[in-house]
Amino acid sequence: MAINYSERIPNNVDLSTNRTLQRALENWQPAFLDWWGEMGPDGSTDYDVYLRTAVSVDPAGWAHFEHVKMPDYRWGIFLTPPEQDRKVNFGDHKGENAWQEVPGEYRSTLRRIIVTQGDTEPASVEQQRHLGLTCPSLYDLRNLFQVNVEEGRHLWAMVYLLHAHFGRDGREEGEALLERRSGDEDNPRILTAFNEKTPDWLSFFMFTFFTDRDGKYQLASLAESAFDPLSRTCKFMLTEEAHHLFVGESGVGRAIQRTCEVMKELKTDDPAKLRAAGVIDLPTLQRYVNFHFSVTSDLYGAEISSNAATYYTTGLKGRFEETKIDDDHKLGNAEYEVMDVAGDRILTRHVAALTALNERLRDDWVTDVQAGVDRWNRIPGKYGIDFKIVLPHKGFNRKIGMFADVHVSPDGRMVSEAEWTHQHKHWLPTEEDRLFVHSLMGRCIEPGKFANWIAPPSRGINNQPANFEYVRFN
Amino acid sequence: MEAAASTEARVADDRVDYRTDPSHYKHWRLAFDGEVATLTLDIDEDGGIRPGYKLKLNSYDLGVDIELHDALQRIRFEHPEVRSVVFTSGKPKIFCSGANIYMLGLSSHAWKVNFCKFTNETRNGIEDASQNSGLKFIAACNGTTAGGGYELALACDEIVLVDDRNSSVSLPEVPLLGVLPGTGGLTRVTDKRKVRRDHADIFCTISEGVRGKRAVEWKLVDDVVRAQKFDEHIRDRAAALAAGSDRPAGARGVALTPLQRSTDEAGYHYTYVDATIDADKRTVTLTVKSPAAVSATTPDEMLAQGANWWPLQMARELDDAILNLRTNHLDIGLWLLRTEGDARVVLDSDATLVAHQDHWFVRETIGMLRRTLSRIDVSSRSLYALIEPGSCFAGTLLELALAGDRSYMLDDENGSNRIALSAMNTGMLPMVNGLSRIASRFYDDPAPTQAAYAAVGEPLSPEQAMALGLVTEIPDELDWADEVRIAQEERAALSPDALTGLEANLRFGIFETMNTRIFGRLSAWQNWIFIRPNAVGESGALKLFGSGRKPQFDWNRV
Repeated sequence: MAINYSERIPNNVDLSTNRTLQRALENWQPAFLDWWGEMGPDGSTDYDVYLRTAVSVDPAGWAHFEHVKMPDYRWGIFLTPPEQDRKVNFGDHKGENAWQEVPGEYRSTLRRIIVTQGDTEPASVEQQRHLGLTCPSLYDLRNLFQVNVEEGRHLWAMVYLLHAHFGRDGREEGEALLERRSGDEDNPRILTAFNEKTPDWLSFFMFTFFTDRDGKYQLASLAESAFDPLSRTCKFMLTEEAHHLFVGESGVGRAIQRTCEVMKELKTDDPAKLRAAGVIDLPTLQRYVNFHFSVTSDLYGAEISSNAATYYTTGLKGRFEETKIDDDHKLGNAEYEVMDVAGDRILTRHVAALTALNERLRDDWVTDVQAGVDRWNRIPGKYGIDFKIVLPHKGFNRKIGMFADVHVSPDGRMVSEAEWTHQHKHWLPTEEDRLFVHSLMGRCIEPGKFANWIAPPSRGINNQPANFEYVRFN
Repeated sequence: MEAAASTEARVADDRVDYRTDPSHYKHWRLAFDGEVATLTLDIDEDGGIRPGYKLKLNSYDLGVDIELHDALQRIRFEHPEVRSVVFTSGKPKIFCSGANIYMLGLSSHAWKVNFCKFTNETRNGIEDASQNSGLKFIAACNGTTAGGGYELALACDEIVLVDDRNSSVSLPEVPLLGVLPGTGGLTRVTDKRKVRRDHADIFCTISEGVRGKRAVEWKLVDDVVRAQKFDEHIRDRAAALAAGSDRPAGARGVALTPLQRSTDEAGYHYTYVDATIDADKRTVTLTVKSPAAVSATTPDEMLAQGANWWPLQMARELDDAILNLRTNHLDIGLWLLRTEGDARVVLDSDATLVAHQDHWFVRETIGMLRRTLSRIDVSSRSLYALIEPGSCFAGTLLELALAGDRSYMLDDENGSNRIALSAMNTGMLPMVNGLSRIASRFYDDPAPTQAAYAAVGEPLSPEQAMALGLVTEIPDELDWADEVRIAQEERAALSPDALTGLEANLRFGIFETMNTRIFGRLSAWQNWIFIRPNAVGESGALKLFGSGRKPQFDWNRV
């Protein structure tokens, strides 16, 4: 299924035969470009960036690299090819044919799900728009821009669904996606985490590791949806999301590696000395991990959720890898273990699995996060350093769910307000930490050079050499 | 259990047919004596429309009311010479004891509600005829007049009760059955008869009712007359009421020939009306067609066409379709209202109606249109009008779109889709709240109402219709199919009970009349009581009536 690039909007959805959709998207396209110009990467309009562009949705053929100006990036509509006779795989509609049209009954719920997902895509571009000014290398700058254009394409994917299936309401929602602004008090993005700043590159790598991974899990559960166009759209987005996760994991890993190199060189683990040497000490990295892990945890919502249950029974949103799970896919009587707070104790209890689907998805994400952390933890060992990044307890620093009103230490103890006030500076990045990290952020754009705080990658993008000119500034 | 289930299935197949004529009446005798018609109620107790109960003591069920509805139609159309109508009983000592309690006890909730609605509409039709047709009604209560029997009397212009030291008028629903006098009785006692509320409170809580002088003092009846003088008094009053009528002497009536329709799995098919059911989607497409041309412009031509004159035939067909859908297709919750034909012809037809509105036949036909459209307003179904090219939502037929809960008008590319108003839209077809559908739509705000009225006669484009507030949405050709499909699917998924309540609240706006109070307040309370255990539980009053057992109430006030 090749992508038609001869059209104004590249697509593999036969756009030229669908006048409604074509008209809607062609009206939206200039507004998107205006938004990109205003809120996309700062000052980047004339840069030639070595970007990957999807040219076909086949597994082998969708990654094609060349230098392009980002406003000329071929944003378009790509869906994974349809599966013959796909069925609904879970919930009350299990066994029925998957839906090619939105059932009117679920119109508003589906629209809300798509809008909420869609809103995160431009939001992260907005959050990251100033990072180009402090990039640690051309390689990293290119990766940032790749992530940005693909978040832009993910916005296109969601707007496609809104335009193709939700009529006038969908078009209005498509416009609103370009009108909200991350961090704008009057007109914020929908989810809190997407209104936070991404102030520095360490935060960016943490964000792509933790928060884009939430995106992966949300997309994966939407890829199970009975609404086939949503399923196919999300499946293709997942292939792009993998690169974002790679940027995050390798970015943090390279910071750890660089710190370990300096620790070995200076034979010290004293944060003050390491900071003086211009690298990020490992306890500070741990505090950043604590922060991003806990804030992203909140994106899954409350442990017990009737909305999540409804999405499941109605077939709108499944579990991660739903079809690989060995059960009845209806969850009528199944139970799931969740944590709860009783007085000053944390305990577990069994609740109806249907109501605990948020928690289950969060647990799947935690497992995946832990695997990435384990890979990071191999790095210090190579330098003979005994240090491990440890994920905090699920209840740590939570603002949503069972733990919202209590304080939990990273090792899972309930702590008093007084202890929290006294200790949290050891657990979460302090203002001083942030200022220090910020102080390292100098712009490094000489081909082949890297900022002092981060190690070079083991290999280049598309196997390019280390001194490859990933971005030309013109 | 299986036997019970199969019985239910058989009953479900056994659709109610609203078509009848005097030769098939089981329960009424219709007699004519010059300008006075007499309707004598003499119910065949074995003639119930459903098995399982006997219609004793001149008690009625839906079948009795179908005959009454038909009889009133025949007086209106076939007997223009009639000026007053006497209701009386053919049974000794009993005028009418109201709705049959065993029937109510056996019926499903939906059956009770539909039965009450039709009965209400027939009672309202009596008052409508009194107000608009020059027909006056006397209830000659020649025996006990209880419950629905008294409610029938209340619909008449005068109530005369025989003074035999025994016969009373009563509304015993509350004390005997634990329900309300819900076929308008409670409302008419106050709104029409102006019975003082403390008197009404006593009257409605004593099963024996009120008779003699007190019945007159409390305004429950107009006269009480001794048995020997009774017939003469009724004759005098009928003549007196007839004297004030403008119905024509010596005019020839129009025979209401049997309605032709074919019925199949897909629905009901008539000449000008078609109801096609989509059982899976739980919708019906109700299409009304214009005639090819206006073929009658003078009253003589209209009379010559009689029951085949388009406005009358269309109204009768539409009325029959509505009644069938309401009674026989409870789960078809969304009616899609469409029209087909030539808007110009409808406007021309309306012009002839307006020009001859004082002619008795035209007046009756307009009345039939008014009552039929009112039936749509009070139908507990969602109504979407779909206005597409080739439709004729003009004048009288525009009322269908205005009756809708929403209307979707296609903004077509070549600009052929139009609606149009005629003088019929400006007050000649009022809703039960007394307002035109346009005035009611704008809560009688003069500015938008007059702006719409000013557009009478000119075809209105989707933009113009939208600007005047006459349609809900005007999707273009690209959006039409999805918008309309999603709107239907979304509607069909909502709770039918909540929709019924929502629609009834929104349709009649902010102005109350006696009729809106009957269809709104009284019916809503009655329908609530009808599902409460105190009425219909195993030990509820309605269930136990006649069993000798005392109802067991849950004493908690809700």
